[in-house]
Amino acid sequence: MSVARIDRRFADLKAQNKSAFIAYIMAGDPDLETTFEILKGLPAAGADIIELGFPFSDPMAEGPTIQRAAERSLAAGTKLRDVFMLVKRFRELDQDTPIILMGYMNPVEFLGYERFAQTAAEAGADGLIVVDCPPEEADALTDALDANDIALIRLATPTTDASRLRTIVKRTRGFIYYVSVAGVTGVKAVDADAIADQVVRVREAANLPVAVGFGIRTPESAASVARIADAAVVGSALVDEIAALAQTKNLPENNPNRTNVLEKAAILANAVHSARLAEQV
Amino acid sequence: MSDPVLRNSYSQPDAKGRFGQFGGLYVPETLMPLVLELTQAWHDAKNDETFWAEYHSLMTHFVGRPSPLYFAERMTEYFGGAKIYFKREELNHTGAHKINNCIGQILLAKRMGRTRIIAETGAGQHGVASATVCARFDLPCTVYMGATDVERQKPNVFRMQLLGTTVSPVTNGQGTLKDAMNEALRDWVTNVHDTYYMIGTAAGMHPYPEMVREFQTVIGKETRTQILEREGRLPDAVIACVGGGSNAIGMFHPFIDYDTVKLVGVEAAGHGLDVYNGHASSLNGGRPGVLHGNRTYLLQDDDGQILEGHSISAGLDYPGIGPEHAYLFDTGRARYVTTTDEEALAAFALTCKLEGIIPALESSHAIARVGELAKEVGKGGIVVLNLSGRGDKDIATVAKHMGETGASLLS
Repeated sequence: MSVARIDRRFADLKAQNKSAFIAYIMAGDPDLETTFEILKGLPAAGADIIELGFPFSDPMAEGPTIQRAAERSLAAGTKLRDVFMLVKRFRELDQDTPIILMGYMNPVEFLGYERFAQTAAEAGADGLIVVDCPPEEADALTDALDANDIALIRLATPTTDASRLRTIVKRTRGFIYYVSVAGVTGVKAVDADAIADQVVRVREAANLPVAVGFGIRTPESAASVARIADAAVVGSALVDEIAALAQTKNLPENNPNRTNVLEKAAILANAVHSARLAEQV
Repeated sequence: MSDPVLRNSYSQPDAKGRFGQFGGLYVPETLMPLVLELTQAWHDAKNDETFWAEYHSLMTHFVGRPSPLYFAERMTEYFGGAKIYFKREELNHTGAHKINNCIGQILLAKRMGRTRIIAETGAGQHGVASATVCARFDLPCTVYMGATDVERQKPNVFRMQLLGTTVSPVTNGQGTLKDAMNEALRDWVTNVHDTYYMIGTAAGMHPYPEMVREFQTVIGKETRTQILEREGRLPDAVIACVGGGSNAIGMFHPFIDYDTVKLVGVEAAGHGLDVYNGHASSLNGGRPGVLHGNRTYLLQDDDGQILEGHSISAGLDYPGIGPEHAYLFDTGRARYVTTTDEEALAAFALTCKLEGIIPALESSHAIARVGELAKEVGKGGIVVLNLSGRGDKDIATVAKHMGETGASLLS
């Protein structure tokens, strides 16, 4: 199912001339039940694909927002097995929305590639992004993921030239993640006009959908990306809302701020989904 | 055996930066083109005689090399075993071995046309060395330093500032070396177009472990020449402290091919190896994993999260170790022992009193194990200890500890 679930989602959206809205949240931020409540609500809020971060103590490519999210998650005691359990619970409710796990190499190494891939597949995850695993180091991990039908999604960046791009697209499945700015997550703002050519170049090289992320915080920037890319990824802007939620003491199901997270997601999703329609009018 | 021919069968790392299963290149994709360019530039420089001529000229006239090989007569008598020599890296300009690496890397940064330098530092010795070469070569420099370390190494913070460097305190995590390294990597990924990252130890992603080693092997090469002059033969053992492990690999490397020379690394055992998250012994108390660009031994919990670790010495307070040490540990070519905070403090005091030398707390970890090693080697034998840095920066830490323990160190 797994890679096919991603492919089918992109194919459906393409048929509607829509770009996908990908929502990123950190598992266990601020606790597992809150994450589950948000996960449950994301598809209805318009998330086409969910990126679920698994926390790491040393997230070297993240800006302050996602760093804090990982700290909150670890402080709440989140373990990798809890992240898989969240996926499993979500998958019991939703068989169509792809879930991409996103994190760093050491927790994957610690569990072992085979076990990680197998457990993720059994839970119902569809893809994996490992921020600090370039193609040069990825062969054994890719073998394990392929065997379990999980897509290894690679990143291309503004520093990627044509020859590097050929290396990156090999063995990538599902989609390619284009990092729109040189930097950490959630700090610099994306300039959609400046990256339009790059997105085309990456799509042609990979023959896969291209998702753009790292600098999208507003409905306007989400829409501008949706016009040029197959998906727009929003993380820090949603996690900011979760950070606000984390400061309150209410139980997740009673917490009015949870609605804020999903409302923010709905606004961004709407901007993404209507971007090309507005263009046609 | 007056002058054994320098042998050369050891050829780690391989082309992918691997020392056996360790090392490699685990960085975000944004950095990959940059790191590959650095690898190429380093390869070119390594084979360029003019590069090394400039390096050696600066080593002689700016750093003050060769550093002396000093017979520690009273310490030898005190322990009653093999002769103990100190390789006096603490007499280098800036007071530690760190400058050897910084001279090499600043020449490479210039060669690559980089206009801005960043570095991480723990104890502040690498920060000071970086600030020094940046002043000398007129490049702006930002040093990331954990907020905890800024507090416990104030003199070095002020030295860096005097030299024109911006010291950026890092409050993430526990505010120590690993957090400083994370923040330096975030800066690098954001400023890829003009910035050179001057890593201070023989760790991190390829080509740093090999490159830093090559700049530090001046220690072992000089030692070899000097001991042959003094004693007419190679030592029976060399010993050095290991945090990231650059002073140790610089001493070990020229001797790896000589099986008669024991290689001994000393890790920081902090409060004790049996105290959870209370030590910084990655080899003796960790397991292999991936952090900061390479696979190596790491302190980590039961879910692959990195532990902070602890050592009284800021320079050893790091949860990883250079990948070549991981390789030498696994193959058994080098032996790695440990020293607690208390033992390091006692060795610090002993060296002050016996030899009139105030050693860095980092180096004191090696000194704490040199007596046993001298006895193991026995009378008639030779042991060389790498005295990697001077201890002026540590006197506040030591004074604080003496206050807490009723000045027992002076008894």
